[in-house]
Amino acid sequence: MTSHDMTADDAHHHGPSKKGILRWVTTTNHKDIGTMYLVFSFIMFFVGGSMAMVIRAELFQPGMQIVPAETFNMLTTMHGLIMVFGFIMPVFVGLANWMIPLMIGAPDMALPRMNNWSFWILPVAGTILISTMFMQGGGPNFGWTFYAPLSTTFAPKSTDYFIFAIHLLGMSSIMGSINVIVTIFNMRAPKMRLIDMPIFVWTWLITAFLIIAVMPVLAGTVTMMLMDRNFGTSFFNAAGGGDPVLFQHLFWFFGHPEVYIIILPAFGIVSEIIPTFARKKLFGRMSMIYALTAIAFLSFIVWAHHMFMTGLPLAASMFFMYATMLIAVPTGVKVFNWVATIYRGCLTFETPMLFSLAFVVLFTIGGFTGLMLSLIPSDVQYHDTYFVVGHFHYVLVPGSLFSVFAAIYYWLPKWTGHMYNETLAKFHFWISVISVNLTFFPMHFLGLAGMPRRIPDYALQFTDFNQIVSIGAFIFGAAQLIFVYIVIQAMRGKGPKATAHVWEGSHGLEWTVPSPAPYHTFSEPPTQIERH
Amino acid sequence: MLGFKKLSLLLTAGLMNFSATAFAAYGLNMPVGVSPLSASMHHLHMTMLWVCIGIGIIVFGIMTYAIIKHRKSKGHQAANFHENTHVEIIWTVIPFIILIVMAIPATKTLIEMNDTKAADLTIKVTGYRWYWHYDYLDEALDFFSHPSTTQEEINNLVAKDEHYNLAVDQHLVVPINKKIRFAFTSNDVIHAWWVPQLGVKKDAVPGFITESWTIIKEPGIYRGQCAELCGAGHAYMPIVVEAKTQADYETWLVEQKTPKNPS
Repeated sequence: MTSHDMTADDAHHHGPSKKGILRWVTTTNHKDIGTMYLVFSFIMFFVGGSMAMVIRAELFQPGMQIVPAETFNMLTTMHGLIMVFGFIMPVFVGLANWMIPLMIGAPDMALPRMNNWSFWILPVAGTILISTMFMQGGGPNFGWTFYAPLSTTFAPKSTDYFIFAIHLLGMSSIMGSINVIVTIFNMRAPKMRLIDMPIFVWTWLITAFLIIAVMPVLAGTVTMMLMDRNFGTSFFNAAGGGDPVLFQHLFWFFGHPEVYIIILPAFGIVSEIIPTFARKKLFGRMSMIYALTAIAFLSFIVWAHHMFMTGLPLAASMFFMYATMLIAVPTGVKVFNWVATIYRGCLTFETPMLFSLAFVVLFTIGGFTGLMLSLIPSDVQYHDTYFVVGHFHYVLVPGSLFSVFAAIYYWLPKWTGHMYNETLAKFHFWISVISVNLTFFPMHFLGLAGMPRRIPDYALQFTDFNQIVSIGAFIFGAAQLIFVYIVIQAMRGKGPKATAHVWEGSHGLEWTVPSPAPYHTFSEPPTQIERH
Repeated sequence: MLGFKKLSLLLTAGLMNFSATAFAAYGLNMPVGVSPLSASMHHLHMTMLWVCIGIGIIVFGIMTYAIIKHRKSKGHQAANFHENTHVEIIWTVIPFIILIVMAIPATKTLIEMNDTKAADLTIKVTGYRWYWHYDYLDEALDFFSHPSTTQEEINNLVAKDEHYNLAVDQHLVVPINKKIRFAFTSNDVIHAWWVPQLGVKKDAVPGFITESWTIIKEPGIYRGQCAELCGAGHAYMPIVVEAKTQADYETWLVEQKTPKNPS
């Protein structure tokens, strides 16, 4: 192992060729690009998050107080779009950029110039998307799912800019995914078979295929919208022979795999972190990979479970209900594997582990409600209510987002060369985990009691729980500033120096290079590969 | 470390306890409703909830045990195992069996839900931005139903009515113990007609007809809302169904059909 350290040290002297802003604009280095992805996505996280704060302030009591209904709809729409396309997707691409080459012993991503391009499209697309909010007639206000005809015939003028932004974001994701796939297939250390790859790399390989499969469908769908809006076609307009429900089929054919695109890398992260702090190998490694593949396959044949109220034929309803229920099996296998990994381990509870354990519990709660939602008869009462809002926030916030926190705390010492402030990080964890439940758990009650989603004003009986939710949300929002502070402190070199190994129980190639990881790593491929 | 697990378990358990006791009137849980379908939906919901709670207690219980007992600070040494084909087969097969058991009642209710045949009366419901239109297809009767919550209430200028946001100017009046078929459509964007107590939620899609049905067992007033984002007035598109006995319903019908003085 030490021989790699030496090769890596040699490379240390070759830093970025340009200084200042040009370094970032022209960089083809996977670490620089990974950093840019992470910084960009966290800026988006705070933009989308502050929208959520306004939403929760408006919902603090019944009646209209802070923003008019149109603006409220715009905020819910932009919050969803920004969090999905501007935060979670790019943040995982950022982690992929940083970690995949380090984890498979590659010197860089396979297509470094395309890598640069796929990042730099993002700020452009993000700016276009956000700029629609300041255009005449307002920005997109039809929900992040933009159902036609609300998003076509009845939408604000700015929708065409929104469509362009979606096209750009899609291009960026597709290029990012191609890069991941090509890197994984061609750049692995010579002795590393596919089966030897870390689970995080596996999850990204599958995620990248999902992205390539479905982003073009989304691009096609928004193009059809564009045609309907501007060129007289009637894809989604019944008056011209089209069908508004066709939009939903197309959207969810993209949208459901998208759900797994933003959770599979989280599975990967947790599968890396739990074994490290349990000092025990991941239980059921092969079954993890099978389960991932099964989930990815099933994700393509369950899309219509988002559309149970649209009047699907009986046979279709049954098919989609059964297929959806089936997802519980591989998902269950993953959860059981994580639990079996910590069982009889030698556990310590550093912040990455805390976030990962919270992930397992809270993601599972989101999985339970997902299972409940799959049953069409009860879905009649859940569909489009706060129960659904609670469900998907449980899988996305204490799910995907917590995995991102876990990943950043886990690899931050490798990136910066310094440990983060553990006490403060634990404080960040505890306040987050309490407030996240305070925010999203009562949403289930609200939904069951009959509160529809996407409303700026509600009947009086929903007031108490909405106030709890809002208070939880404000605490959660504020707590994330602690996270920023912790990360910046580590980046500024405060805190003890990190060793190459960082964690006592860490395994894998990324821990064989020094901390901070030099600008160029694995100029010569590593030879000692852990075999599975 | 235990805090969040305890919290989530407590909250999960709380869903059960509170709904049964302190908050019964408040509506913390899915309503049982007043139709056979809404009762089946509620039953399925409760069954699945208990299944999930059961699984949750086992999984989180084992996790909690490991977190307490198998920590380094207690000097626990890591075991070496990392696979076990038998265990893995068992925890794949058992969930599968649970799912099949759950699928049976779900499918039964689903088939029942989809059977809109042999209805006693049919009401065509059309969604508009932002009000509803009801057309009694078996009678020469149709009317609009607008929200009656005032702008002053919305803007917090006057005290809010008890049924704030859930009141309309004209109720949809229907007879009890009759199979009522609803045919939904829309005049503009997609809306969704939802009355929890009746166990009916269906999208109203412009240019298409979707169907649903209910049998109301109890006379009373049942309130619901539009459940599909339809623009700025989406929050203000309530539904009020008033179920009357057959005799009262017929009296109401006659009243409605009597021409009123032009005003």
